[in-house]
Amino acid sequence: MKNLVILGAGTGGTMMANHLHHHLQSPDWRITIIDERKEHHYQPGYLFLPFDMYSPDDIVKSVKEFIPDDVHLVQQKILRIVPAESKIQLEGGNEVSYDVLIVATGAKIAPEETEGMRGAEWHKSVFDFYTFEGSLALRDKLRDWQGGKLVVHITEMPIKCPVAPLEFAFLADSFFKEKKMRDKVEITYVTPLSGAFTKPKATEALEHLLKEKHIHIESDFAIEHVDNTTKEIVDYGGRSIPFDILVTVPTNKGDELMARSGMGDDLNYIPTDKATLRSKDYENIFVLGDASNIPASKAGSVTHFEAEILTENILRFVHGEPLKEEFDGHANCFIETGNGKALLIDFNYTHEPVEGSFPFQGIGPLRLLKESRMNHMGKLAFRWIYWNVLLKGTHIPFVPATMSVPQKQ
Amino acid sequence: MEKLIAGKSVAVNEEGYLTDFSQWDKSIAEELAQEAGINLSPRHWEVLAYLQKEHQSQVALSIRRVGKSNVVDIKEFYQLFPTAPLKTATKIAGIPKPVSCI
Repeated sequence: MKNLVILGAGTGGTMMANHLHHHLQSPDWRITIIDERKEHHYQPGYLFLPFDMYSPDDIVKSVKEFIPDDVHLVQQKILRIVPAESKIQLEGGNEVSYDVLIVATGAKIAPEETEGMRGAEWHKSVFDFYTFEGSLALRDKLRDWQGGKLVVHITEMPIKCPVAPLEFAFLADSFFKEKKMRDKVEITYVTPLSGAFTKPKATEALEHLLKEKHIHIESDFAIEHVDNTTKEIVDYGGRSIPFDILVTVPTNKGDELMARSGMGDDLNYIPTDKATLRSKDYENIFVLGDASNIPASKAGSVTHFEAEILTENILRFVHGEPLKEEFDGHANCFIETGNGKALLIDFNYTHEPVEGSFPFQGIGPLRLLKESRMNHMGKLAFRWIYWNVLLKGTHIPFVPATMSVPQKQ
Repeated sequence: MEKLIAGKSVAVNEEGYLTDFSQWDKSIAEELAQEAGINLSPRHWEVLAYLQKEHQSQVALSIRRVGKSNVVDIKEFYQLFPTAPLKTATKIAGIPKPVSCI
């Protein structure tokens, strides 16, 4: 019997277990998924938690619930991957051998990378919203905050869901408007980029929205430290920005497991072929989602598209066929813009987000790069799709894994 | 598009970055530095040479990587090329603006 092992039971790992158990079955194959966590979090929900738009119940379910019965779930800490011997070492001394390994251990925040970020003010006036704890602490702070300077900040790229901090700023604007205290809050958006987003076309549309919502933008800001006493962030050039509440996206890094296993780059991401999703160093290791270093967005939608292509490549690999070089970096993201509206962007490695309608040209119902209520409904509906369709590996109708360019513009 | 720099016509993109490194030379770097309000010192040249070497070995440049290079730390990098050092330095070095961010 051969072993396929998946590390990480988050969005990517769970999808792969659901895809592959239809194809790789006993007695020829045994599929094992390893993750010490008991809870599966709907990470996009962290954005809504601070504004009381979602409750914790909406975003936390059990890992087990989404793993098929014929897949062996191991809830133990992974100590090390030993690629030279094709085995995994677990805490407690157990080892698991693999014939094929899928690494889907994701990315997480590393506030300790920036001096003073995880200081005395951490989760008091300095918050993240990329963890459940951070997002919840921020919700409690915002509930009775009387106003002041709100600074929304990105430490360095790449980060998970690069549009999330913008969405946070937009939602904050409408949150304070609804509370009739927008005039008491000054919102500043601070980014290491030269503009609001990484892609010029979308940047134009987004900067227009920032202006319209009176959100001030500070670009090219490379943070050196957080001053917990004066409550300022200071950049290497000496520029400082004062805050009453700092909502920061700390440096994102891949799992420490990569450093322990000697498999990652300086941010613990695994060097991966961007078209086949196979590790550049080991032919029986594949990497899915945020754990890889491919130049695509770190986002659930990207992982979803990757999973469809990776499934095919794994099956080709086990049958001794050449891999398909198909992944094009396809990302498809809703951007909440506040007041019950959202934008939708669709792009890949080579194509900028464009205007048009999605998924059907000229019909929609979703509008690309334009604010609409329908897009917002799409984003809210997505939570249901995530739990009920996406994790189960069911193909979402009319949304292909690779970007369909002729549909747009 | 073409731009006249230091008396030579060179190919640049819409942001003014050279699109053909073979057209780069030191006089072009000096003029691009002047445009950015920088007088190139020996330290500047060391950093520019490092960036060019990294680019040639197809390393994706980022502020973090430069800071860990042992050639220059981030603080000094900012002193040499104020405001947006990586963008400014790569332009003067005649290499593409880094796409460190997706």
